[in-house]
Amino acid sequence: MENWSWMLDESASSVGPQIDRLYYIILVITGIVFVATEVTLLYFLFKYRHREGHKAEYIHGNTKAEIIWTAIPALIVLAIALMSRGLWAEIKDPANVPADAMRVMLEAKQFEWNLTYPGPDGELRTGDDFTVRNRLDIPLDRPTVLEMTSVDVIHSFFVPDFRLKQDIVPGMAMQMWFQPTRAGVFPIGCAELCGIGHTRMRGTLTVHSPADYQAWVNEQVQGAASAAEPAAPAPATQAQ
Amino acid sequence: MTSHATSAEQNMMVPDLTFEPGMKVFNMKLGMWVFLLSEVMFFTSLIGSYVILRFAHPDHFPEPGVVLNVPLTAFNTFFLICSSVTMVKAFAAIQKGDQQKFKLWLLGTILIGAAFVGIQAYEYSLLVAEHFGPSAAGYAPVGRGMEEGGPIVGGPLYGATFYTMTGFHGAHVSIGVLCLIFVLIQAMRGKYTAADHRGVEVIGLYWHFVDLVWIVLFTIVYLI
Amino acid sequence: MATHAATAEGHATGAGHDEHHKLSFIRTYIFSTDHKMIAKQFLLASLLFLLIGGILAGLVRWQLGFPGQPIPFIGSMFSDTTAPGGIILPEFYNSLVTMHATFMIFFAIMPLLVGVWGNFLIPLQIGAPDMAFPRLNTASFWISVPAGILMLASFFVEGGAAGAGWTSYAPLSANPEYSGVHMGQVLWLVSLIILGFSSLTGAVNYITTIINMRAPGMTWFRMPLPTWSLFVTSWLLLLAIPILTGGLIMLLFDQTIGTGFFNPATDGEPLLWQHIFWYFGHPEVYILILPAMGLVSEVISNRARKPIFGYHAMVLAIISIAFLGWVVWGHHMFQSGMNPLLGTSFMISTIIIAVPSAIKVFNWLGTLWKGDIHFDVPMLHALAFVAMFIIGGLSGIFMASAPVDIPIHDTYFIVAHIHYVLFGGSLFGIFAGITFWFPKMFGRMMSPKLGKIHFWVTIFAYNAVFFPMHNLGLRNHMRRIYDPNSYEYLQPLQGLNTFISIAAFILIAGQMIFAFSFFYSMFFGEKAEQNPWKSNTLEWTAAGHPPGHGNFPGGTPHVYRGPYEYSSPESNEDFLPQGVPPEPVRRGAVPREPGFLPTGD
Repeated sequence: MENWSWMLDESASSVGPQIDRLYYIILVITGIVFVATEVTLLYFLFKYRHREGHKAEYIHGNTKAEIIWTAIPALIVLAIALMSRGLWAEIKDPANVPADAMRVMLEAKQFEWNLTYPGPDGELRTGDDFTVRNRLDIPLDRPTVLEMTSVDVIHSFFVPDFRLKQDIVPGMAMQMWFQPTRAGVFPIGCAELCGIGHTRMRGTLTVHSPADYQAWVNEQVQGAASAAEPAAPAPATQAQ
Repeated sequence: MTSHATSAEQNMMVPDLTFEPGMKVFNMKLGMWVFLLSEVMFFTSLIGSYVILRFAHPDHFPEPGVVLNVPLTAFNTFFLICSSVTMVKAFAAIQKGDQQKFKLWLLGTILIGAAFVGIQAYEYSLLVAEHFGPSAAGYAPVGRGMEEGGPIVGGPLYGATFYTMTGFHGAHVSIGVLCLIFVLIQAMRGKYTAADHRGVEVIGLYWHFVDLVWIVLFTIVYLI
Repeated sequence: MATHAATAEGHATGAGHDEHHKLSFIRTYIFSTDHKMIAKQFLLASLLFLLIGGILAGLVRWQLGFPGQPIPFIGSMFSDTTAPGGIILPEFYNSLVTMHATFMIFFAIMPLLVGVWGNFLIPLQIGAPDMAFPRLNTASFWISVPAGILMLASFFVEGGAAGAGWTSYAPLSANPEYSGVHMGQVLWLVSLIILGFSSLTGAVNYITTIINMRAPGMTWFRMPLPTWSLFVTSWLLLLAIPILTGGLIMLLFDQTIGTGFFNPATDGEPLLWQHIFWYFGHPEVYILILPAMGLVSEVISNRARKPIFGYHAMVLAIISIAFLGWVVWGHHMFQSGMNPLLGTSFMISTIIIAVPSAIKVFNWLGTLWKGDIHFDVPMLHALAFVAMFIIGGLSGIFMASAPVDIPIHDTYFIVAHIHYVLFGGSLFGIFAGITFWFPKMFGRMMSPKLGKIHFWVTIFAYNAVFFPMHNLGLRNHMRRIYDPNSYEYLQPLQGLNTFISIAAFILIAGQMIFAFSFFYSMFFGEKAEQNPWKSNTLEWTAAGHPPGHGNFPGGTPHVYRGPYEYSSPESNEDFLPQGVPPEPVRRGAVPREPGFLPTGD
């Protein structure tokens, strides 16, 4: 029965709890309105059902009622909008991207995610960068910024547990940042119909402890070095 | 209502008075106004896209006159404006019931309109010969009067937007010419009188609208 | 056209001479200029497309409920490029999803609301002999026919039907290299461009007719709400459709002659397509719901035997929805990468548009309050509309909040929302309309027994299908994915998906009851009286089912009061039609000019 739940799974990123809180606020408000209106509807249907010899009252409306039920919903929805505004800016405003974040390049194409990491020097676009397919590995202790591009159609990078979703439009450089809050392995999906293989365009996001992350980077760098002659980056095979 | 619908003397240029007052014009004219509003939205979508693409990629759009033949089109623009004048003259003639002048001015409007489309087709043929095509693959103009094989000016968005906007305007002029020919045939049969020349007024509205759109297009596509 | 309008007017008074000029079969049933016949043509054609859209939905649900299993019974009929051995291929799945939405939105719901009721109700409710431009009206229907044929034909061309979603986001839709579909996409675009002309001619006709051809005394604020909502909808169509047409043309050029409007390889802008699409698309959403709101208002007021609560507020709500509908399109694009500051302003405008919708719901509840409610089949559907629209409206608040939209965007939560509005809203409104006006259209009543069975099957199966989709969305089930099981975390949801699919098959099968009842009642239903619902609006006072050419044989009717004078103390009965003169006139006093009559409302 847990499939029928209206609760959200526990989130794993810094913005997760805030988004979830907003969701629950809206859930409670809409839940109350839902029950109130539907119960009123059913009550009226029962109470004012047709009975012989009974005539409806000749009422055209009530201006006071109109004003009340215009103003109250307006105030409620405006309150929701105002609550949403700050959080939206925090997540999406480029000015709020943390300066100390680790930067990773994400190139989406039909139907895979290619992630390019800064090598041991910690800088992107240098000789020691390495590329991995369909897996995003990040350290727990610092935020990550994804620099995202697409080479063909629009894809949407979706990490449900992080409450993250961003369309990647070809021809545009997109950015997205996040701060994990717990270690673990989380699914990545494509949320925008991108062609025949859309359904299999998935990956995994692994959050490591800082030490584990360093170990993973070293492993990748060595792997890339030893596999340099044969062909493409070997770790790709680990992806799925 | 019967007398109203059948009487030839009744002035048809006013709305049907048996109904609740709506707009103070006859149905066809109101219908044309409403239709022209949708035309405004159609050209807005094309022109709006052009503006957005041009702001996003200014490098695709060369200086005025580098690729396009402005003098030729300026002449053509003047031509089209003249056709609005002849249309007004035709309308004024039928208002007075002057059938002869009405038909002459109408014929003049048709000829000018057709000539506009013809000159536009000629302009297209020149541009295509200069490798200024609508498709990205067919885009390679070097600018008017420049040596073949020189650097390409602008980018393919220029060709795509130019042909789409002017092409759809040309299609509108062509449809207008066909409608005017239809009106002329009706006029030969004596359909229009001083009391009832609704068809002329309605096609006139369309014709002026198409002219107006061209002035906007000429300004933003050729001059700016 | 001018002569034709005049001819139609001539018919109004010449209806008594009908037998002198019987129209041929073709002029009566095929190329009719009679708005009522055109309404019936739209009705039959769009019900057919509703069935086709339903079958496509059934195939989609088969794949999701029973992934990788051959389709039973009809599986062997599919070609090797669509479903070899009955097992649906991913490319065919994409086409199914795309075409289900396309048929339902453009070929079923839109014509069922606008084509059918715009044609049938507008002239009758405002007391006009026909549309302002009857021949243009004929053209409006016949233009839509080739559009439908082209759309259907696209299933059979090389590469199959369009598969980039009904939103056809570029560059997937612009370049066959990415989707594997070329001809199908071209046909999709051409078909919708043609269909746009049909909608446009319809809109011009409705607007002109309503402005210029209202019967004397039918002032703006005496117009029945279906006509009001169709009037506002026509404006939305008129102004939104050409925007889409412009976009479709550019996409067609990208697809065929290699322009690069939306193709990033030549610096085109994929987001430009989204802006154009949703600039059309959000008014479109209201095109799909406003007429249903009008139909439902009429039925609720009539069956509660009570004036509609807050008539003016209802009209103003429709108008304000129409205005706000133009400034909210960006909420479809919160996650598209557009400027986050724009996201904020779209969020605020979007959330404000919830207010007029709320006003409408409260006014419907207000209408029921102290009413005398008759639970006939149209009323059941109208009440279902209100109950389901509440759910659809409230679920919209979640995605209107941009941060909450992040996790639920492009998941089944959105699919649930759109179906609560489009099926729970529009389609229940359409059922209410068909069952209510059926007697006026065909002269017979629809079977109440079959109607009630159909209603209860539909409302239960419908909720079983779409309510759990909210939960699927909250478990992060993406929409438009061919095989959810390819994601490990979605595998536990397979049971729920199968449940939904079985409910969907029951829902589709339940509609056969309606189809049977529709055709059975047309020929064998109980003969309808002149005014079976004891309604006030003019269409029920026009003699005949449906009325003959010209609608009102006695000449244009006069209107003396608003449309919802139910249970008025002025009358001994519980209704008071718009065309009945007030007391002094009825007693044989000197008839006065309509302009001097008391306004009554």
